[in-house]
Amino acid sequence: MKSLTKIITATGIAGILLTTAIVIADDDRYEKNERHEKGYLGKFFSKKLDVAPVKNALYKEECGSCHFAYQPGLLPARSWTKMMGDLENHFDENAELDKDVQTKLTQYLVKNAADHANYKRSRRIMNSLSKTDSPLRITETPYFIRKHNEIPKRMVKDNPKLGSFSKCAACHTYAEKGSYDDDAVNIPGIGRWDDD
Amino acid sequence: MIRKLGITVVLFSASTVIFADAISDMFTQYKAQGVTSIDAKAGQAMWSKEFKNQKTGKMRSCTNCHGNDLTQAGKHVKTGKEIKPMAPSAYNKRLTDVKKIKKWFKRNCKWTVGRECSAQEQADILSYLQKL
Ligand code: HEC
Ligand code: HEC
Ligand code: HEC
Repeated sequence: MKSLTKIITATGIAGILLTTAIVIADDDRYEKNERHEKGYLGKFFSKKLDVAPVKNALYKEECGSCHFAYQPGLLPARSWTKMMGDLENHFDENAELDKDVQTKLTQYLVKNAADHANYKRSRRIMNSLSKTDSPLRITETPYFIRKHNEIPKRMVKDNPKLGSFSKCAACHTYAEKGSYDDDAVNIPGIGRWDDD
Repeated sequence: MIRKLGITVVLFSASTVIFADAISDMFTQYKAQGVTSIDAKAGQAMWSKEFKNQKTGKMRSCTNCHGNDLTQAGKHVKTGKEIKPMAPSAYNKRLTDVKKIKKWFKRNCKWTVGRECSAQEQADILSYLQKL
């Protein structure tokens, strides 16, 4: 019994040391989160989540200041590269960044883009695009349009409390966590969405 | 307990120092660019002034997104996302990072005024905001 406790303790300590070593070895704290997410935990979560949630603090700060921080897994890498190459003219807004920040964010986006992510919605979005399509809007991908075409205009564009489909988190209550389950939709000023 | 208190005090004073630094850093830079006097009233006027946009023909102003009462949260004119209050007294992270201040001055002046704001204009606006 005692020796069993010893073995467990020893294994535990070894585990902690190993984890510490990995953490120390990795000096990029943003990268670390992503790798963690995509590793053993990623496999488990990908069954439940629609897209990988955003864990990158720099991305949240820079791409979440004007709107919801869209998950990289919602567009292909070629879309992100195109978008990041013209941030000065970003949907009629100026979103320009310092070169170093821009480079870091592009790398993060490309690495976690829909064509590089093993998540259900990412795969479906990719399947809905032809090989050369590089849409800049998630809301203009065929998959998105198909999934939202039953929602009447009065609830979105003509809804003074909403105004557009681009505000994912206004309707999808768990959007921030990477879940877009149609059972967890609550449209502002309208209420819960019932499919049946 | 005492140790915890000590750490809190150290952290607190550190954040106060950083806060004072970002704004005085900016003022030092403006002075180096030739700004000799700073006028908060002119800053306030610039803040609420309306500028006609070349492309759309519509009027734009800083208040479009930041609102009129700067102790309250603003709302992004296009995306509707909430923007934390601009008054440092209402949001203690406001104006505490030189890089962030520069980034947004560049973007927001280009979008609102149609050009970058001069060192003088930035200094005036900052001194107006600082006191809120
Ligand atoms: C200065 C404000 C601002 C910043 C910063 C910003 N955006 Fe945007 N973004 C906008 C606006 C405005 C729109 C258009 C929203 C609309 O039409 O409702 C938009 C739209 C988008 C869309 C399309 C959403 C859709 O309709 O499918 C994506 C994707 C996007 N942004 C990604 C990013 C990324 C990535 C970053 C960081 C590099 C970023 N944005 C930073 C203002 C910004
Ligand atoms: C008007 C509120 C609203 C907005 C805004 C909205 N959605 Fe949806 N979304 C819905 C509804 C309602 C459904 C379910 C439709 C159905 O069941 O026919 C849905 C379905 C989905 C689905 C499929 C989920 C499933 O279980 O089949 C995905 C993925 C999705 N939305 C992603 C997004 C993304 C990404 C954004 C932002 C770019 C967004 N949505 C914006 C209301 C919204
Ligand atoms: C189209 C929307 C919009 C307009 C118009 C706008 N801003 Fe902003 N501004 C923002 C957003 C979004 C932020 C980021 C807020 C945050 O991070 O909490 C911001 C941040 C700032 C910051 C940085 C605050 C800090 O804590 O460092 C300054 C300074 C600023 N704005 C000045 C201005 C000035 C001056 C004008 C007018 C010339 C203006 N803004 C007009 C959207 C806008």
